Amino acid sequence: MTTVSRLVRNPIAWGLLAIFLLILCSSIFAIVPETKQALIVRVGEPVRIYNRYDPKQKFGHTGAGLIARVPFFESIVWVDKRVLDFDMQRQAVLSTDQLRLEVDAFARYRIVDPIRMYVTARNEKNVGDALKPILGSALRNELGKRPFAALLSPERGQLMDNIQKALARVAAQYGAEIVDVRIKRADLPSGSPLDSAFERMRTAREQEARSILAEGSREAQIIRADADADASRIYADSFGKDPDFYDFYRAMQSYRVTFGTDGMEAPGAANVILSPDNEYLRQFRGRER
Amino acid sequence: MLNESGGGPWGGRGGGSGGSGGDGGDGLGPRNPWQQPPRKRPSSGGGQRFGPSALDELIRRGRARFGGGFPNPQGHSIWLWAIGLFVLAWIALTSMHIVAPQQRGVITRFGKYAGTLGPGVGLTFPAPIDKVQKVDVDHIHTIDIDTGSGSGQNLVLTGDQNIVDLAYSVRWSIREPELYLFELADPDDTIKEVAESAMRAQLARVSLNDAIGPRRSEIEARVAQSMQALLDSYRAGVTIQGVAIKQADPPAEVVDAFKAVSAAQQKKQSYLNDARAYALQLTAKAQGEAAAFDKVYAEYRLAPEVTRRRMYYETMEKVLAKTDKTVIEAPGVMPYIQLPRGARPLPPPATTQATEGGK
Repeated sequence: MTTVSRLVRNPIAWGLLAIFLLILCSSIFAIVPETKQALIVRVGEPVRIYNRYDPKQKFGHTGAGLIARVPFFESIVWVDKRVLDFDMQRQAVLSTDQLRLEVDAFARYRIVDPIRMYVTARNEKNVGDALKPILGSALRNELGKRPFAALLSPERGQLMDNIQKALARVAAQYGAEIVDVRIKRADLPSGSPLDSAFERMRTAREQEARSILAEGSREAQIIRADADADASRIYADSFGKDPDFYDFYRAMQSYRVTFGTDGMEAPGAANVILSPDNEYLRQFRGRER
Repeated sequence: MLNESGGGPWGGRGGGSGGSGGDGGDGLGPRNPWQQPPRKRPSSGGGQRFGPSALDELIRRGRARFGGGFPNPQGHSIWLWAIGLFVLAWIALTSMHIVAPQQRGVITRFGKYAGTLGPGVGLTFPAPIDKVQKVDVDHIHTIDIDTGSGSGQNLVLTGDQNIVDLAYSVRWSIREPELYLFELADPDDTIKEVAESAMRAQLARVSLNDAIGPRRSEIEARVAQSMQALLDSYRAGVTIQGVAIKQADPPAEVVDAFKAVSAAQQKKQSYLNDARAYALQLTAKAQGEAAAFDKVYAEYRLAPEVTRRRMYYETMEKVLAKTDKTVIEAPGVMPYIQLPRGARPLPPPATTQATEGGK
């Protein structure tokens, strides 16, 4: 009987053999994906790395793929190759002008030295946990040196650079590289600081409202004065041609208005006592004069 | 390997235990150790060896399924055929990939990036070797960022230390699927955080009035730009399609004061309107009067004395026609005039004027 037919005759044996082979294969070969670095540890001692991060490598030319190792003696420690991040807890920070701020920050990092990382922190998450308080204290140090307004100015870039440098020094000890540190939010804490900011905004607006009103009435007055001046000029231009006639003309107009003859009723009755010497009655006396 | 042929150690023992050993030596298949107990029973005869037993039955069925019960050549080939078919189906199903028009398929060969499949049907090595992850590249994802804090407002500090309540959304799509898949641990969250950071950094450079007013679109463009730069520096493989500020309002606590400002602006406008109306009226009146005077004056110039007289008489006619008149003829008579009660001081000058005119 051939081996095949023997195997065929013994399915249980065959199954066991297959399982044994599978275990052997899986303990020799491993698939390293693009997202992971594989650290081979031989009886507790890290010996080599597959798919180590290299910024110049393109995907498809990395060390990812099928790898082999000595079974049972060498184990694989998987280390993330991607950019990882950790969020810092909300921190209260005091600026030099004694303003309290609540700051949220995040940092992005990448494990570039898996062996160092493995020796110092065991896994990536521990690196993040170790860096968190460092970021917090770096943030407090840097912000505590500056006035509140600096946080809201282009100077902020310089500030972040300093924080990133401080963090990168520590991160290097863990085999990590800081990709970026950013302040997510910087808020006034709720309660009295926020309320006083609101109060300031409110009073600023009230001031603005008042100045708008004042400006409005000023402009309105100027417009009126201009119109008055214009009107005077027009009158003067016209009436100045013959002041004597103007006096007469205007007097006539005035009489009409005063005695209510232009269609409207003048207030109060009028009694006129005329002397015969009156200019109007000149002809009244005949030609005796 | 456990039981290579029909005559195993148990088989030999079985043969020795009774006279029926010759019969038990070759059955339908290889001798099974579990067949022994029934044979050992003293009551069982040679003919009753294959009496029904649940375990027996189970094993027979199992063998029939695996093909082990049919060691003849024909059964063997059926078994191989089945495996062959299964393998073929496996290869066909796992090496052919239908990629929809909006998708890209990222191939990894033993975990290593081995290219990207475009839309259509793509062929790869079968499953354990090649793996394809389909990524939607045309789909535009939207992240809404509004109520960040518990108060229902997303308060952001502006450059002049004021606070604005902001809600905005970010639209993005995947540009390079392999970067998107392999470069960042949590791309979606990263984009959100970058958006928040970029928006706040940008607002810290503008004043409150700019943020709630006309420079919104400029802010949107700048945020999109800085987000793109940041994400490119992370090699995220993502394109920011746009940032839209949905709402930029003063916080609810101070909104009344802001309304007061716009009310003041309205009021200012109405002041100005009133003044302009007054000015228009006044100028028009002046022009009208001046024009009337000019006309009359032109006429007067032609014949001054006559016109003057005519105007005087016409006016006096109209004035005196409506008033009570008393003409005192005799000189030296002092008229006694009873002024009406509550007479105002205004009429006398008018009368004197009229009287003076005659002097």
